[in-house]
Amino acid sequence: MTFGKALAMVLVAAACTFATRVAPFLLFNGKKPIPPLVRYLGEALPPAVIALLVVYCVKSVDWLAAPHGAPELLCIAVTALLHIWKRSNLLSIGVGTALYMFLVQAVFI
Amino acid sequence: MKKAFRPAFSVTIPVLCGYLFIGLAFGVMLRDIGFAPPWAFFSSLLIYAGSGQYLLVSLLAANASLVTVAAMTLLLNCRHIFYGLSFLETFHQMGRRKWYMIFSLTDETYSLLCSLKTPEGIDPNAMRFWIAILDHSYWIAGSVLGAVIGGMLPFDSTGIDFAMTALFTVIFVEQWMSAKCHVPAFLGLGAAAVSLAILGPDNFILPAMVAICVMLAALRGRLAKEVAG
Repeated sequence: MTFGKALAMVLVAAACTFATRVAPFLLFNGKKPIPPLVRYLGEALPPAVIALLVVYCVKSVDWLAAPHGAPELLCIAVTALLHIWKRSNLLSIGVGTALYMFLVQAVFI
Repeated sequence: MKKAFRPAFSVTIPVLCGYLFIGLAFGVMLRDIGFAPPWAFFSSLLIYAGSGQYLLVSLLAANASLVTVAAMTLLLNCRHIFYGLSFLETFHQMGRRKWYMIFSLTDETYSLLCSLKTPEGIDPNAMRFWIAILDHSYWIAGSVLGAVIGGMLPFDSTGIDFAMTALFTVIFVEQWMSAKCHVPAFLGLGAAAVSLAILGPDNFILPAMVAICVMLAALRGRLAKEVAG
């Protein structure tokens, strides 16, 4: 592959990624009022999308083979419970991540 | 602007952990197919999309056509269209910084901006801007590091990318506790799980996103008042 072709591939990927991000801002450019349905979706979407992203993070887990996603589910539960209890982002994320690293390196090998 | 740096930095620490290692993995993969560190730097600077750049590595390795690159990238990143909807007004009032905010709206930056709480006396727009810049710089740093040092880390980092899962979990809990209405959260969880079970890990995001939008739109009459911020 030539240098130029590789560069073109990077630039096309960059342009297409930006296109998906800028699309809603071009459609609703602030000059016209935002349609009520779009405004409503903007408010209702975040909790649904964050839930989707949590699922996205465990998408590659093989639920049928041992350990059946146990380290993931356990650490998500620990992170969530710790967060409900202490409400400290760094504590919840730090403990959850450290526990997960321990589990996948030393327990569920 | 300066005052907003510290609070912005502290909320981005989980992304720092996640991005350094996901970026590192990208740098290592790019190096493995024969691309020097500057390629990692410019890819991460200009594209700035995790899964999109992983895809790019396989496309580069296969010497795919530009049309393929365009189609695959658009398809993979379609979900970003929905992210902007939550920040239409917020970004419009950020002047010229708006364009950078739009460019840098990744999954992780989106989730941090959704859950933003600005401390007393800090300009929220300055804090948003710092969050965007910091996340982007972690991503670039991770990928360049990966391309330079390759797979030779001094400790076993297996599993450290769970920081990203934990971050989303924490934000989910935060939103759950502050929301009056949990229907959107349940819809998101349900649609994602069903879509994943039916379509598998590679194709489930976009159908799930569309299903969420359709169901939310259908329930608008009942939910509009409760989700209004």
